[in-house]
Amino acid sequence: MRDGSSAPVVSLSNVSRVYPTDPPVRALIDVDLSIESGDWLAIEGPSGSGKSTLLNVMGCLDRQTEGTYRFEGVDVADLNDRERAGLRSRRIGFIFQSFHLLRHRSVLENVMMAEVYRHQSRRGRSERAMAALDRVELTHRADFLPTRLSGGEQQRVAIARALLGSPGLLLSDEPTGNLDSTTSGRILDLLDGLHDEGLTIVMITHDSEVAKRARRRVHIRDGRLEEAS
Amino acid sequence: MRLLPFRRRTSKFQRSGISAVDLADEASAGLFARPGRMVLTVSGTVIGIAALVATLGLARTTGNRILGRFDELAATEIFITTQTAADGTTQEWLPWDAPERMQRLNGVVAAGSLTSVDTNGALISTSPISDPTSQTEFELPVQAASPGLFKAVRANLATGRFLDGGNSVRADRMAVLGSGAAIRLGITSVAQMPALRIGDDVYLIVGILDTVARQQDLMGAVIIPEGTARADYGVTSPELVVVETQIGAAALIAQQTPLALRPDNVAALKVASPPEPKRVKDAVVNDLNTLFLLLGGVSLLVGAIGIANVTLVSVIERTSEIGLRRAIGATRTHIAAQFLLESTAMGFIGGIVGASLGSIVVVVVAAVQGWTPVLDPMTPLLAPIGGAVIGLVSGTYPAMRATRMEPVMALRSGG
Ligand SMILES: Nc1ncnc2c1ncn2[C@@H]1O[C@H](COP(=O)(O)OP(=O)(O)OP(=O)(O)O)[C@@H](O)[C@H]1O
Ligand SMILES: [Mg+2]
Repeated sequence: MRDGSSAPVVSLSNVSRVYPTDPPVRALIDVDLSIESGDWLAIEGPSGSGKSTLLNVMGCLDRQTEGTYRFEGVDVADLNDRERAGLRSRRIGFIFQSFHLLRHRSVLENVMMAEVYRHQSRRGRSERAMAALDRVELTHRADFLPTRLSGGEQQRVAIARALLGSPGLLLSDEPTGNLDSTTSGRILDLLDGLHDEGLTIVMITHDSEVAKRARRRVHIRDGRLEEAS
Repeated sequence: MRLLPFRRRTSKFQRSGISAVDLADEASAGLFARPGRMVLTVSGTVIGIAALVATLGLARTTGNRILGRFDELAATEIFITTQTAADGTTQEWLPWDAPERMQRLNGVVAAGSLTSVDTNGALISTSPISDPTSQTEFELPVQAASPGLFKAVRANLATGRFLDGGNSVRADRMAVLGSGAAIRLGITSVAQMPALRIGDDVYLIVGILDTVARQQDLMGAVIIPEGTARADYGVTSPELVVVETQIGAAALIAQQTPLALRPDNVAALKVASPPEPKRVKDAVVNDLNTLFLLLGGVSLLVGAIGIANVTLVSVIERTSEIGLRRAIGATRTHIAAQFLLESTAMGFIGGIVGASLGSIVVVVVAAVQGWTPVLDPMTPLLAPIGGAVIGLVSGTYPAMRATRMEPVMALRSGG
């Protein structure tokens, strides 16, 4: 690895995750995966196959029990908690199946929250949040409470939040899981557009129709990863 | 950025952090998301602090009231006598015009002199004929007073009038009786112009005293004009000068007195002035106060448990929020800080509102009773701090619970 900028965004080698339950659950087994900048990757697999576990490791929300994970060339095992939190805040955008918007905060405030843990000046924050909302075409809902939005709109707010500060990686766990097929289509169109703009996207899904939209697909079964042909 | 790999690695990802403004913002948003609940949660602390502030304030107020009435008299009086020599004989003297000289000093309300008259054992009677069946002759003290004395001792008349300057100048044989002396002599009214005899001299009784605030001895005495005492009994010098001052002026006037009365020998006089006005430092705590303090303490405890309980519920309710915050860069410390700030703020608000309510209670009660409300100036400072500490302590356990939540687990709960 000569330079961070040419290193893959995500590089997993021999990564395993064993939950120390009784009996222990081997949720990930010897996973090797490399994601280059600008990739759009779908991770497919049945329920319980280890998809979320893999995503949590990639998002630095969880630690692998074996193997090495390099993010943008940096071995994350060498980072302390605050540095990992900083990495999550600045370099990774998260999108969840259940949106995870704060009910009592306006759409704009929900998007602005992405900057709160970056110890960043508040100057220009609402303008930046509005720009992110513009990318998901929701500026007209800025002052709404999320509870008054449709599921698709809520997920777009979550995407706007994830986009704030231009992350190097967008991680989404079943982003269309709670949405009907038409709405899902719009969200996937949106991700397509972001991919075209050069964003690196990883999407988990158990739905092969959804996975088809990605440029690259990998399957996971019983914790083992296999690349689709 | 082609530095050593190690250097590059540590500088590549900035640590997460939150500014004070943002933390305050997040905490207040968390609090005001459920305003009704916050009000209910805070009410326990409000009641507790209000009870404590009111109890302490009322104890202060009543304590001050007793002291104030007592003080007012003592703080405005000066007694001037001459120094007594070691052998007990009085060698020094006071000038006859001492009351007038004192009156000239700034802040003197009234001044008068008083001298006990040695009648050489002469008895006092009211009837010209001695009646062997009942006692008609008494051994009563006779006091000579300057005209200003009556005001200086705050004398009130039951009937008649005081002795005035003219009586003294003309050495009139007139007397005012203390109420006790009047009873012994059997005189209740001056309408019939009663008289009394001191030895063989006849004195017209012009007034009877009802009360005096100072020199209670006067109530049992026969009081005659100073000029008369000088003429009839050869009194050489006033024995005592009583001075009433304005509040706060006593100490200064006492200082000026020796020079004003005896510029020739400032050491000749003994000036008794009130001690420095002292406030009761520790509040008067009676049984009722103890009870209220106990009640205040209990409601504070209940308030603290309330805050702890609600914060804990809120931590559990906001599990998914905690997960999200961890995902967008919060560390465990940031999560703990937010919940601690929320509970501390609740305690702080409770302290402010409670102190205000407690103060209002003190003011209202004092107004109704006609007292001067007295509050420790530290109260408005300490009450919110105390409330904040209660909130901080109450929030500790819930905040610890929040930090123990794993982000993965927290995110799993639906948002
Ligand atoms: N905290 C945990 N402790 C023990 N076992 C766990 C834990 N989390 C997940 N597992 C187990 O690990 C395996 C993989 O779980 P994971 O959540 O990654 O599956 P998934 O592919 O995301 O499934 P789904 O599609 O249902 O979300 C499962 O067998 C699950 O029961
Ligand atoms: Mg899952």
